[in-house]
Amino acid sequence: MNPNQPPRTRIRLRYSKTGRIRFTSHRDVARIWERSLRRTGLPVAQTEGFSPRAKLHFGLALATGYESDAEYLDVDFKGADVAVDEVLKALVSVLPCGIAATGGTVLLPGEMSLQQAVTSCDWDIELIDVTADDVAGWVDRVRGATTIMITRERKGQQITDDLTPQIRALEVGEPTNRGVRLLATLGTQPRAARPSELLTAFEPRYYPVLVRRTRQWIEQDGARLDPLEVGAAPAQHTLVGVQ
Amino acid sequence: MSLWPELELMLPEVSKPARYIGGEGGMVEPEHHPSKVAWLLAYPDTYEIGLPNQGLQILYEILNERDDAVAERAYAPWVDMEAEMRAAGLPLFSVDTHRRAGDFDVLAFNLSAELVYTNLLNCIDLAGAPVRTEQRADDDLLIGAGGHCTYNPEPLADFVDFFVLGDGEEVVSEINAVLCDWKRSGKKGRQSVLRALAAVEGVYVPSLYDVVYEGPALVSVTPRFADVPAVVEKRTVADLAAWPYPKHQLVPLTEVVHDRLNVEVFRGCTRGCRFCQAGMITRPVRERPAEQVRTMVADGLARSGYDEVALTSLSTADFSGIQEVVAATMDCGAGEVSVSLPSLRVDAFTVGLAAQIQRARRTGLTFAPEAGSWRMRQVINKLIDERDLYGAVESAFSQGWRRMKLYFLTGLPTETDVDTLAIGELARNCVELGRSHTKNPSVTVSLGGFVPKPFTPFQWFGQNTVAELQRKIFLLRDDIKRNRGVQMKWHDPKASLVEGIASRGDRRIGRVIEDVWRQGGTFQEWSEHFDYDRWTQAMDRHGLSADWYVHRHRTEHEVLPWDHLSAGLHKDFLWQDWRDALNEVGLEDCRWTPCYDCGACTGYSIEHIVASAVPPAGGSQGTGQVPTDYQPPAAVSVQLSGVGSRTSS
Repeated sequence: MNPNQPPRTRIRLRYSKTGRIRFTSHRDVARIWERSLRRTGLPVAQTEGFSPRAKLHFGLALATGYESDAEYLDVDFKGADVAVDEVLKALVSVLPCGIAATGGTVLLPGEMSLQQAVTSCDWDIELIDVTADDVAGWVDRVRGATTIMITRERKGQQITDDLTPQIRALEVGEPTNRGVRLLATLGTQPRAARPSELLTAFEPRYYPVLVRRTRQWIEQDGARLDPLEVGAAPAQHTLVGVQ
Repeated sequence: MSLWPELELMLPEVSKPARYIGGEGGMVEPEHHPSKVAWLLAYPDTYEIGLPNQGLQILYEILNERDDAVAERAYAPWVDMEAEMRAAGLPLFSVDTHRRAGDFDVLAFNLSAELVYTNLLNCIDLAGAPVRTEQRADDDLLIGAGGHCTYNPEPLADFVDFFVLGDGEEVVSEINAVLCDWKRSGKKGRQSVLRALAAVEGVYVPSLYDVVYEGPALVSVTPRFADVPAVVEKRTVADLAAWPYPKHQLVPLTEVVHDRLNVEVFRGCTRGCRFCQAGMITRPVRERPAEQVRTMVADGLARSGYDEVALTSLSTADFSGIQEVVAATMDCGAGEVSVSLPSLRVDAFTVGLAAQIQRARRTGLTFAPEAGSWRMRQVINKLIDERDLYGAVESAFSQGWRRMKLYFLTGLPTETDVDTLAIGELARNCVELGRSHTKNPSVTVSLGGFVPKPFTPFQWFGQNTVAELQRKIFLLRDDIKRNRGVQMKWHDPKASLVEGIASRGDRRIGRVIEDVWRQGGTFQEWSEHFDYDRWTQAMDRHGLSADWYVHRHRTEHEVLPWDHLSAGLHKDFLWQDWRDALNEVGLEDCRWTPCYDCGACTGYSIEHIVASAVPPAGGSQGTGQVPTDYQPPAAVSVQLSGVGSRTSS
């Protein structure tokens, strides 16, 4: 670190995205955060150059339409002594309905970015118009498969991947009031496997009515950590519950 | 009550689902009640086009502040969403609480452009009401419309129960009072509520008028009852200071056009550009007090979190003391705030202003000389001296801009190929000026086909045919295609023809609009959905001629379809201005020169509200002053204080 650089505090925030607002895109959410942070009046650091922007670093994108209890972003603040609880408190009244900051921690300089550090995500998937038995059979077949090949397009090229190493866990959960719940843990490195890829890779193909990311995990030295647990100090949590 | 549970299942299937979720900052979730009139305010285009509309947002706030009204909003669902809705039997809905349109009393549209007319029919149909007024029963939605297009509402007369002319701030409450009585009496008798609405000044109820034709000619439009006005006058808010709206501008969750804070600094314009309907129908000029502008900007930025504010009007550089307001605006936010000034005048003063506000984000610069030759600019009364334009361009390049966009119209009255080609000459000269400042100067010419509009001096002019507009476009394109640094874009002349049909059509055009809609012709303002053949075939099917409606010159004494409506302007003033245009005689801006009695002030006993008694510095445009001691500025210094004297009128 250049000692002449002005002091900065990088804070990792966790937030939820639930309800109607789940239909906004990743890009929409980035803009919502920019406006919300400006409304707090907190000293967010800006990029240098012709077109200064707030220094926000987002983690894995969440597909439009999915809910989440566990989204993260890192925000750089000017100054060395910005307190996490102060940030969380200021955000309560400015975030739109459906987005709530649920925790935060100060990161040490040099901490890996969210995109690099996160290794897997837990997903809670709701299916309707199917029976629990059918889904259980489907789960058994997925778990028993030696390879599950999926094809996707990247830069005009067809790429084929095997999904099986990315499926860390898969089981039928407690039923919902309208359907069946599927719980999955999917790997994110080197590329995040998507719930939609899992659900359509195998006949019958499932089109979920609701998908919710419930956790993100950083695997470090054999342990699974919440992205807030890699912080310099114990994470702060807001009093605002997850909606 | 809410359709959300059903909509939620559809949204994963459609493009841009955030269009349908509402949830904007500033949104109201009003409590409906049998004693409150429920308004569904609709913009008949996509959410991202319609959400920023300031007129709709102003009425939304005013109505929701009342204790006898509630207002929610709806936008035209995109074609994929419409298909899902129709397949599931779901109607048009509000984005605020996702109520079905049928749960409201009034469906009121903002009409800003002619090409959305088929969307209006589609929205009425989706709302569950019969599209034609005469088929509606007592308990069907009342359909209303306001906005600039309602100055010739005749093409929509068969589909809309009532139109409102002019500023809506005051009249909306008067209309609400009528509807409140009607609702409390159990909505008995649609005719009686329409008669009561017709008695409100500024409200036009087309079904209460008889229309007589003789062959293709319109003979008369006359009221069927003695208490229905023979001429409906527009409404004008005398003092903008009394209406500091929107107070809580909606902040959308997803990206929309004009995604920034918008503060209207004045309404009306008396530059007198003869092609410009907005400048004619919104007179007189009413400035917002500078102090109120500053407050609205500061509050709006703090509330919204935006880092950009547009100071809106028809020509913002004309606002008295614009420099002080801009300077104050840039210093009012916590961080960097950028200011945008749409509709800029063409002169060096303006460039100085632009340099001041774009110190952070320097994008392109846009000017609208509108015509290539001085002769043509005299005809249209856009009196930009060539030296003003070159001065503006020179100072822009010298201050670091490399890209410039110039707006022009073609198909203007008396235009010859010399005038059209003069556009190319102008563009080339601008690029040449840029070469001494930058290696690759770029000038983009944006060319639109002129469509004559009601209540302008050009309302009598026969619009150029599609073939003639296309010929002129290609003539210019071929002339400039070898000039490095000059690019050209143009508007589809076929779309200009359809605009022309709707803009000066009479009631018979309604059948064409309905026909095109029934063939599936929605979103006609979107080039990928515009279908020219549908329009020409529908005109043929109904025995109507584009030559009659669009291309012929109208005569002094013929009855125009909007003669029973009034924007305040005297018809003989407009006719005289039309003759002056043909004689290439300009007309001064009456804000700073004596009144020539166009009718917009005198007829309504109102006057201009302008803080500065003298024209702004730095240009001849529309002020009648042609600079005699012109010298091209080497660089324009930005003055942060002291332009003009500040007196109140």
